[in-house]
Amino acid sequence: MKYIDEYRTERLIRTLARKIKEEASQEYVFMEVCGGHTAAIHRFGIPSLLPGNINLLSGPGCPVCVTPLGFIDRAVALAMHEDVIITTFGDLIRVPGSVSSLEKEKVRGADVRIVFSALDALTLAANNKDKKIVFLGIGFETTAPGTAAALIKAKESGTDNFMVMCAHKIMPPAMEAIISDGTLINGFICPGHVATITGSNAFRFISEKYNLACVISGFEPADIMLAVYMLVQQINNRQFKTEIQYSRAVTDEGNLKAQRLMNEVFELSDAGWRGLGTIKSSGLKIREKYVMFDAENVFQINTEETDTSEDGTCLCGEVLRGRKKPPECRLFAKACTPENPLGACMVSGEGACNAFYKYKRNG
Amino acid sequence: MKAPATLFINTNVMDKHITLNHGSGGRLTGELIRNIFASRFGIKEPFTDSAILDNQGQELAFTTDSYVIDPIFFPGGDIGKLAVCGTVNDLAVAGAIPRFLSASFIIEEGFRLKDLITITDSMAREALEAEVRIVTGDTKVVEKGKCDKIFITTTGTGVIRDGYKHVGTAEKVRAGDMLIISGPVGNHSVAVMSARNQLGFISQVVSDCASLNCMIGRMLDTCREIHFMRDITRGGLATVLNELAVMTGLGITVTENKIPVDEPVKGLCEMMGFDPLYLANEGKVLIAVDKNESEKARGVLRSDSLGTKAEIIGEITGDRNKTVVLKTITGGSRILDMHSGTQLPRIC
Repeated sequence: MKYIDEYRTERLIRTLARKIKEEASQEYVFMEVCGGHTAAIHRFGIPSLLPGNINLLSGPGCPVCVTPLGFIDRAVALAMHEDVIITTFGDLIRVPGSVSSLEKEKVRGADVRIVFSALDALTLAANNKDKKIVFLGIGFETTAPGTAAALIKAKESGTDNFMVMCAHKIMPPAMEAIISDGTLINGFICPGHVATITGSNAFRFISEKYNLACVISGFEPADIMLAVYMLVQQINNRQFKTEIQYSRAVTDEGNLKAQRLMNEVFELSDAGWRGLGTIKSSGLKIREKYVMFDAENVFQINTEETDTSEDGTCLCGEVLRGRKKPPECRLFAKACTPENPLGACMVSGEGACNAFYKYKRNG
Repeated sequence: MKAPATLFINTNVMDKHITLNHGSGGRLTGELIRNIFASRFGIKEPFTDSAILDNQGQELAFTTDSYVIDPIFFPGGDIGKLAVCGTVNDLAVAGAIPRFLSASFIIEEGFRLKDLITITDSMAREALEAEVRIVTGDTKVVEKGKCDKIFITTTGTGVIRDGYKHVGTAEKVRAGDMLIISGPVGNHSVAVMSARNQLGFISQVVSDCASLNCMIGRMLDTCREIHFMRDITRGGLATVLNELAVMTGLGITVTENKIPVDEPVKGLCEMMGFDPLYLANEGKVLIAVDKNESEKARGVLRSDSLGTKAEIIGEITGDRNKTVVLKTITGGSRILDMHSGTQLPRIC
């Protein structure tokens, strides 16, 4: 397939692997912060192509994984309301809250539907005027513009039975939190799809302020291998900068139209991240002028606040901070499996635990 | 003003219900069959697509399948064609020559007679093509809302070819055997998703829904060392490979770039984040064959219109680890696991 196969040829990958091996002269720890990278790295068997002194860690880039327990609990509570149809991206329905999940409530009769975008939910609202359609807005700069566009359209068309329960987040503050947290890394494989929206400029402060290597990478095996090579070179030359490997999609400024949509609808707020706690100015909150579409404003959702702590034995938090690899968790592949996920990282195909389980069971 | 809705979380533990994942053909389906059905009915492993019955020295294959599909008409077929092909294929991969089918219908009140005629015409046509006869059946009509349009159950029987009782149970499979797939994977899933209007665009992909018994028959007439066959349906190729690994206790290696996938299916999978190896098919068979006969078997398949893209995709290894390893297109390798539920579209 054109534009895909070129980035998957074995000869090219082998060449890159050889060059990385020649160049890699010390121990390197790189963190990928996009769930799409986590999935691609394991799907294509990238770790088996890298020398032993290059260690890849997964960060907090799986939208489903970082969504806090309290949000799931509130969504579950809302799903029980008989006038409400919950709409969301697929994986989220399987994430365990403190006592239930959307999937379990669906089995018991709640109307929970998987949609491909917020605009699908808006269409559903237009066709079901007697119901309140609540879209669970999760994800980073990649999905937030879609939610923003749907809210703008809802306002223009007066679709007042459409609402958003918003847990959108932005990526750069989480990367800064990981650094401040003291996780030992030499560089970031920066999120390619997020950067198509934000531009590379949004990540420059990381290389400039913290002297860390940053390469914005695409998602094909040759992209990731080249990004690793570029990171190794930056470190060897002690020249830390934010480089774009994924130049066929990413510019310095990013997608200005998408940025405008986000800015129209959302403002920055502090936000809770599963595993990382509250990170300042890392969340997207619906602005006052769209407040009539904010489900948290329309409904008073009471959940039992006392029981929203994570299971103490689940290491999702440590995994999301790059402190532990999935097989180091006692629950991994035993009590916690994709059929019966105890932590969010086992649910999504982009979660580190799920990727490890699927492709590399023994670590 | 806020809506007067105060909601509390119900603290019941709700793990004890059937979810859609129990029907997806993956690991949960296997557990359901093993723990709920087989244990009570006294059915012993290995679980095969057809039961083998001994009728005074003559061996009969006996199988049944229920068909529920939305939409009932899709590019390349309909629920009726599917109901014939599926049961015919289950018999054929057991080494049998399919002979007789029954057909039972559960129909929702209000269903259009015109659609029923189209479906039954399609069944009659497919039965003729597959050289089977539909000889008995049943009809139930249920109130509107009690079923989704129409559900069809077909049951079939056929005579096992001499010396082919083993192909369903994999008892002859050994290290060094080669694995052949009869054609590209994923087309049925994509055609159905497209017909459901789930993709937001029209795709040209047509379901592979077809009766494979005539093609399989020709292969068995020509090759003596076919050791295993299974049709690849829900759960996809990855699931059948894992089932084979478990049945034989052996390892399996498959090479990703040998597995045929049509370009439109590949493109769609890239976009949606699906893995074609887990997508459903309705006209594909996986075959394990002695190494010396693998090219001959592939040749016979390729000479049939249903097998023109047949390919040798991997082999049985001597490792007694019941694990399927995929050699990836990049030259790396990874486990190809059984899927644990329905594939969900990617988020971004």
